[in-house]
Amino acid sequence: MKDYLLLIVSAVFVNNILLAQYLGNCPFLGCSKELGVALGMGGAVVFVATLATAFTWLIQTFALAPFGLDYLQTIAFIVVIAALVQFVEMFLKKAMPPLYTSLGIYLPLITTNCAVLGIAIIAQRKEMDFVTAVIFSAAAAAGFLLALLLMAGIRERYEVTRIPKPLQGTAIGLVTAGFMSLAFFAFSGMI
Amino acid sequence: MSGFTQALTRGMWREIPPFRLVLGLCPTLAVTKSADNGLGMGAAVIFVLVLSNFFISLLRKLIPAKVRIACFIVVAATLVVAVELLMQAFAYPLYQTLGIFVPLIVVNCIILGRAEAFAAKNGPLLSIADGLGMGVGFTCSLTVLGALREAFGAGTVFGARVMPEAYQPVAFMVEAPGAFVCLGLLLAAMNALGRDAGQPPAGCRACGACYEAAARREGGA
Repeated sequence: MKDYLLLIVSAVFVNNILLAQYLGNCPFLGCSKELGVALGMGGAVVFVATLATAFTWLIQTFALAPFGLDYLQTIAFIVVIAALVQFVEMFLKKAMPPLYTSLGIYLPLITTNCAVLGIAIIAQRKEMDFVTAVIFSAAAAAGFLLALLLMAGIRERYEVTRIPKPLQGTAIGLVTAGFMSLAFFAFSGMI
Repeated sequence: MSGFTQALTRGMWREIPPFRLVLGLCPTLAVTKSADNGLGMGAAVIFVLVLSNFFISLLRKLIPAKVRIACFIVVAATLVVAVELLMQAFAYPLYQTLGIFVPLIVVNCIILGRAEAFAAKNGPLLSIADGLGMGVGFTCSLTVLGALREAFGAGTVFGARVMPEAYQPVAFMVEAPGAFVCLGLLLAAMNALGRDAGQPPAGCRACGACYEAAARREGGA
């Protein structure tokens, strides 16, 4: 139990997928202008990343590894993720319309979100077992959501702040991310 | 021939990927701890980008519009697997340093963005030129950023000492925060320089939306 707790803390704070491992920067900078959008995007990532890691783990263990097809990992994973995203979208539309309306528009954007593929590959490279991989993916994606929400909170303030012209937009977003990342560095002493 | 030259040079300055188009930020931040890494990553991206542009432009009349993104991803993924195998065979230390960012080239927005915005509409030769130009622009940006971070963070560039002996390396620069701040400031510098060119950077809404944004820019220009 303690191991899982450590794993979660490490994935959310210490090795934050965005601020320490640089994955998923495009949505981080693109979808962090409003809190509502950030919540939708982050929620969709948590949902899809957890499912995708579970599916890719099964595929790696039962379809690729036994036949020595490990080199097909990248192509198999991205196809699985693309198909999964499509499937999740159709399923949500049918079964859970309220959730679909809040997450729906973000789902197609997730196929090419490197955080999702990145989490699946990290879980594979660290040779986690199934339960660990699922917990890790949920925690890492929760770290993404946390960073996205914090960033959106800061950037909403920027709307009413006077920022030098060349720094406006992505540039100030990146600088802010740098200082957030510095703050998250403090967590590395925890474990 | 002027169309060819234009396709080739556009990616090198006017629409240089990480700065002007703001595409492909994750590898830009992650692998630029040193100039070496930046160059290596750039080379891998050039390879994938040129070939993916070439194949997609050959297949552009065969790919149905509805499933084109999936087709682009499969083409890119195939090439990335080839790069992975080649790097394991000929550049293993680099492969290990770049880590998961080699397989992640497949979701690099530049590949999909160029496929959607250029290769799907132009002939193979022009597409190769576009891929090469964008790839070289990307490589240059990565190498410059890598050299800058290496110079301040370790006092060296390409492993050769450039700072005086007494220089105390700023570890901040080679860690994650340094990557973000350094890229942000470079971006601001490019914005300040490019003001007269009238090319505002296209804000990247989300990785998946990049190709849409790029396509719209391409259509509007």
